[in-house]
Amino acid sequence: MGKKIHVSTTINGEAVEFLCEARQSFLEVLRDTLTLTGAKEGCNNGNCGACTVLMNGVPVDSCLVLAVEADGAEFETVESIATEEHLHPLQECFLEGAALQCGICTPGFLVSAKALLDNQPEPTEEEIRFELSGNLCRCTGYDKIVRAVQTASERMKEVK
Amino acid sequence: MSENFNHAQIIKDPEDNYKILGTRPVRHDGVDKVTGRAVYANDVQLQGLVEAAILRSPEAHARILSIDTSEAEAHPGVLAVTTSADFPDLGDKVANLGEGPVNLAHLAANCLAKDKVLYKGHAVAAVAAQNVHIAREALDLIKVEYEPLPVITDALEAMKDGAPLLHEGLLTNLVPGGGKAETPSNVSDHHHFKRGDTEAAFEAAHIVVEREFTTQTVHQGYIEPHAATAHWNQDGQLTVWASTQGSFSAREQTSEVLQVPISKVKVIPCEIGGGFGGKIPVYLEPVAAVLSRKCGRPVKIQMTRDGVFEGTGPTPASFMRIKLGVDETGKMTAGEAWLAYDTGAFPGGVIGPGVMCVFSCYDIEHANIDGYDVCVNKPWTKAYRAPGSTHVAYAIESVVDELAEKLEMDPIDLRLLNAAREGTKRVDGPVYPRIGLIETLEAAKNHDHYKSPLEGPNRGRGVAAGFWFNIGLKSAATAHVNADGTVTLLEGSTDIGGTRTSISMQLAETLGIAAEDINPKVADTDSVGYTDITGGSRVTFATGLAAVEVGKDIISQMKGRAAKLWECEAADVEFSDGVFSQEDNSISFKELCAKLNTTGGLITARASVDPQGFTNGFGVHICDLEVDVETGKVQILRYTALQDAGKAIHPSYVEGQMQGGSVQGIGWALNEEYLFDEKGHMLNPTMLDYRMPTALDVPMIDTVIIEVPNPSHPFGVRGVGETPIVPPPGAIANAVKNATGIRMTDLPMSPPRVHSAIMENGNGTS
Repeated sequence: MGKKIHVSTTINGEAVEFLCEARQSFLEVLRDTLTLTGAKEGCNNGNCGACTVLMNGVPVDSCLVLAVEADGAEFETVESIATEEHLHPLQECFLEGAALQCGICTPGFLVSAKALLDNQPEPTEEEIRFELSGNLCRCTGYDKIVRAVQTASERMKEVK
Repeated sequence: MSENFNHAQIIKDPEDNYKILGTRPVRHDGVDKVTGRAVYANDVQLQGLVEAAILRSPEAHARILSIDTSEAEAHPGVLAVTTSADFPDLGDKVANLGEGPVNLAHLAANCLAKDKVLYKGHAVAAVAAQNVHIAREALDLIKVEYEPLPVITDALEAMKDGAPLLHEGLLTNLVPGGGKAETPSNVSDHHHFKRGDTEAAFEAAHIVVEREFTTQTVHQGYIEPHAATAHWNQDGQLTVWASTQGSFSAREQTSEVLQVPISKVKVIPCEIGGGFGGKIPVYLEPVAAVLSRKCGRPVKIQMTRDGVFEGTGPTPASFMRIKLGVDETGKMTAGEAWLAYDTGAFPGGVIGPGVMCVFSCYDIEHANIDGYDVCVNKPWTKAYRAPGSTHVAYAIESVVDELAEKLEMDPIDLRLLNAAREGTKRVDGPVYPRIGLIETLEAAKNHDHYKSPLEGPNRGRGVAAGFWFNIGLKSAATAHVNADGTVTLLEGSTDIGGTRTSISMQLAETLGIAAEDINPKVADTDSVGYTDITGGSRVTFATGLAAVEVGKDIISQMKGRAAKLWECEAADVEFSDGVFSQEDNSISFKELCAKLNTTGGLITARASVDPQGFTNGFGVHICDLEVDVETGKVQILRYTALQDAGKAIHPSYVEGQMQGGSVQGIGWALNEEYLFDEKGHMLNPTMLDYRMPTALDVPMIDTVIIEVPNPSHPFGVRGVGETPIVPPPGAIANAVKNATGIRMTDLPMSPPRVHSAIMENGNGTS
């Protein structure tokens, strides 16, 4: 097993240090060591997207990132999407549009959708479906998720 | 809330004038679920928590000669190892666990194999350790000696004389009527229903179509793997945190498998990341409990994804032969069905509902149905959304479509002519109360989708109907009325898709207050009355009914308080629209709440219900698609789902059930299947290879909600959750036929299958 490794990273704007084993995934450390349990484990092999986080601004499956790779990187997780007082328009639209049923995939979808709207504020339906195709949802059939992202995009445009 | 959310068309009951029902409030647990704060089973953190992993069989059928766990036990960081030797001997005890009788020895032997492993992935042993990595290292140190036995994975093969037997003494249950077959076989159940004279009726029929169909094993595909944490305290109290569709059912199963008094087991239901029927049985709870007893610490187990595919209950593969006859007008006169479903490793599958559903949409005078549940060396199959109905709907709806073609009749007209209605007697006995199949078919026929032309090569449109029951079963609820005019509602139905809100809305409607003024909590088994599983499309119906009864109790108690204030008789106080009144006195619900503390204290109300009147839900789907004849890939172009919801309490979540069920059905129709090699090993136990639909694979799913009130619910509610998965494979098969001229009789209609069918039919060059 060997000695634990010291990692310095930034998560949701805060400097974070942790010790991990070389074999641990970033998802595991995030959930078990840092108790940021918003990212979910659905498959642990990069198929389902429930553990999606932003690593240096890019959506990644955190189950496929080794914890040691976090050193020096910057992460955003679902826990950072809302401000202290307000939900993000995506979160509002997911709720108003009933874009979740069981909710286990929701954190991953929100992170992927936020990355999409940050880069492409007015995506087409096809672009939304393409960018979210790495996130599996088994409850909704995707209709309400796609519409929630479309509506959030409109709302964010109005605010600007 | 207009914007882009695109709500369903709702065809309302003219009598409907509800204030809260039919609105779309934000779900009560919503903020927790969009911020990552909601606690699912794998999010549980406890003092001293350790993790466990499961050793699974590499053989699909083998006798276990020995298990040596000594090296694993000695591995540094390992705290406990268990095998079935740690379970009590259960003999042949059968218990009713909410969804019908379960043989407890089978339930226990599925959690940890006893003498034999019956499928690849069958759990054999478990290790608790300081962390899951150490536990997995220790699994490699467990030595299991297997004596391989012949493997059989196909139901028809397993039914043959001389087939290797999975359970040596298994005698077929004969349904109805009871009794057992005389010689052992792999057939666990044979259902047989007959009415009239099918032979003569087929003889007299104008057209008869007979076809054989197959479907493959498919999984519910919930995104959250099974997870459970157990803590067996030194005082003998066992607490279980579970991802379960029924906390009380999980408590009973755990208590029975371990043979500990039910009062010593408490199940705390966590948020549940999807179930669809697959999270009714226990797999992990008794194992985590035994490990906890051995090491004195709370033990958490989360299944791996391949563990979920290989070790939990998917829904069966099937073989179906359907024969249907019509007279010159298209009236169905005779029907015959011969069905074999594989139950997987242990007896007790879903052939029962398959048999009940096969002719459920139609009124057929002469009918004969035989259905078999057959044990094979595959995972023990379990319920999956309308269990057993999707298979037969695919078959019957394909045959109905073929008859329409031969009769040169519109396929919806043919269905309308034969549709079940109030008073129609199903072949297995029950007579329908008021149902909405006709209204749903008419709405489909009048829908813009059905009336719009579909043009272009290799494109086709298909329709299909589908049926599922709503079961009643038991539900309980308790409410505490607060001084600020809000109500805290405790209920026992684990919330998979927004039922906290659909139940709260029914209480709010009863009390004449806002849905937001109800604060619903899903309580643990010590904190709320007995409640059956979240399943059978029953929660909004039955737990909703409990909430309505709670509301009536609150009103009755509060009338007493108003009477006290006004010095009159409680019987003279009236209540309507959220206001209590008597002669010139009146006080709102909220105002009276503020006076509860000075008129005898705050109020608690409770109700337990066991509604007996079962109801029925019908759906009709329309699908347009295009077949790529070069690759065999089917692209859905437009999809509309119509369903009788009785009364859509929260229309957004009704739409959500219809859309989600449709897409699961599309996945089943087009791509999903367990692929097995000759050794019975699943070849695709990952989500990428099993390949459920992604956002890119499907279009928007349009919905139409028809409201034909259910007479056995005060608000007319029908369950809506399961029916939507039933029609898609039939609708898609019919559309593929119209696009290519080829009738696909095997699911899934995956690119390789469709492509070879096109090649065989000499249609590969358009």
